Amino acid sequence: MATEAPARPESHTAQRAVVRPGDRIFSLASLGAGILIVVILAGVALFLLAQSTDVIKASFEDPTQITGGKGFFAYVWPLILGTLVSAAIALLVATPFALGIALFTTHMAPRRLAPVLGYVIDLLAAIPSVVYGLWGLALAGHLTPAYQWLSSVLGWTGIFAPGADGVVSQTGRTILTASLVLSIMVLPIITSLVREVFLQTPRLQEEAALAMGATRWEMIRMAVLPHGKSGITSAVMLGLGRALGETMAVAMILSSGGLTLSLLVGGNQTIASEIAQNFPEAAGLRLSELISIGLVLFVITLLVNMGARAIVAKTSVKGS
Amino acid sequence: MSKQITIDDLNIFYGDFRAVEGVSMRIEPRTVTAFIGPSGCGKSTVLRTLNRMHEVIPGAHVKGSVKMDGQDIYAAGVDSVNVRREVGMVFQRANPFPTMSIKENVLAGVRLNSQRLGRSEADDIAEQALKGANLWNEVKDRLGLPGSGLSGGQQQRLCIARAIAVKPSVLLMDEPCSALDPISTLAIEDLINDLKEEFTVVIVTHNMQQAARVSDRTAFFNIAGTGKPGHLIEYKDTETIFSRPDKEETQNYISGRFG
Repeated sequence: MATEAPARPESHTAQRAVVRPGDRIFSLASLGAGILIVVILAGVALFLLAQSTDVIKASFEDPTQITGGKGFFAYVWPLILGTLVSAAIALLVATPFALGIALFTTHMAPRRLAPVLGYVIDLLAAIPSVVYGLWGLALAGHLTPAYQWLSSVLGWTGIFAPGADGVVSQTGRTILTASLVLSIMVLPIITSLVREVFLQTPRLQEEAALAMGATRWEMIRMAVLPHGKSGITSAVMLGLGRALGETMAVAMILSSGGLTLSLLVGGNQTIASEIAQNFPEAAGLRLSELISIGLVLFVITLLVNMGARAIVAKTSVKGS
Repeated sequence: MSKQITIDDLNIFYGDFRAVEGVSMRIEPRTVTAFIGPSGCGKSTVLRTLNRMHEVIPGAHVKGSVKMDGQDIYAAGVDSVNVRREVGMVFQRANPFPTMSIKENVLAGVRLNSQRLGRSEADDIAEQALKGANLWNEVKDRLGLPGSGLSGGQQQRLCIARAIAVKPSVLLMDEPCSALDPISTLAIEDLINDLKEEFTVVIVTHNMQQAARVSDRTAFFNIAGTGKPGHLIEYKDTETIFSRPDKEETQNYISGRFG
């Protein structure tokens, strides 16, 4: 360093390192930002907890007060199931597509086409979820013939069974439709994250595979996929986070009704859609009820994210 | 096993840019040939055309011919994948697959060529290749551990084992020792000496002592200036190149005088 700190009494300078004001301000600012996040998170959690106490109390004292009349747990578990099932189907559909698109744009597509395709996928993320909801409603009607066919072939499995009247939902506003729309909504997130990971595959690894006489697909299996494993996991988990919390589109598509096993008839709510559909008219205990299922959703997404971290930490590849 | 390479009037292009011009040479089987020359002179590029690895870069193409025992590797209908199975390559930086164990790294190429591999057969191939790369004694007790846990020099020998496990006829080495310390370098150089019993070895090196130590024949490449194509200046027995080269350019380069 060319500049020297101004001379000070020796006893102080000898022991204490020089602290520059810029460093000090920056470290305080970043510390503040870090603390703020924790405070906000804690604030949200406290708010949800405080608002939920009434419901928990009521549920123990007099379960009939709760919607459905059988206590809080009986009310919330079908919603949890609906949320998890719709998110799981969305991921099941979206992940293979996302991997395929990411591989295509990074390793297969002609050089001119690849960026255009990547851009188009990113645009999918820019579509507001209300628009997805409208589109989903329009789509729903057209899906009924496919659902009818599905129920005639796979109806025996139960999850594709027709309704009590022997037919599937004629409006197509079912949880399967909602899941399919969700899968398109999470597709851009997963694709763009996975694409970034694939682009970062060390060139040396790719060349190592190619130089041994690997075909392009073998090279992808040897070098690209193992390198991207943890990235793929975290991308899918982030997609899961979005699918769990997505509200507007799902609320618009789903028709009201309770939990049913079949994915092809009306009914089956997610937590987010239940809140969105009932919040405008809710007051008193009902309002508190909705907030408390919000708390449940908060806990689920928190667990999902923690799980994702744990998996990523376990599977990340050491070395280049 | 080992094959003769005949290069005839080879021109290498990256898009419209001509990187190497008019290279013709014959590389005999069971010899070590060293490519030397300043950075950017096209020696690595020429090396990579011998197994068509330059094609990884979009827009790269060649004019002229490269023949292995008379077979043109650029002829219509020749699959670059098959060429690379025949011509192994070792890179500047060791690049074992980080998710694979030592043994799986060695077998990676073999599994590509013949999908089904019996357990004892796999063990034999791995042992042979690792012995061939002078690495067996160091790793025989930890074949199941990841290859990335080895030292740099061991990793490079692991990559050599991986390359020779598929029994290629030619082995290309692109500055295999440039990231290694002198002791690991010595180990690789000893190994190259053994390898020429079985393979045609072509090595690119910046280290002229290394070229003098390991090679039978040496090719000197040079470049007239930035943006100009690289040329093969002189290609002779290593001893001749380093003691009494024909061209002044070669003399200047090997004695450390430029320009």
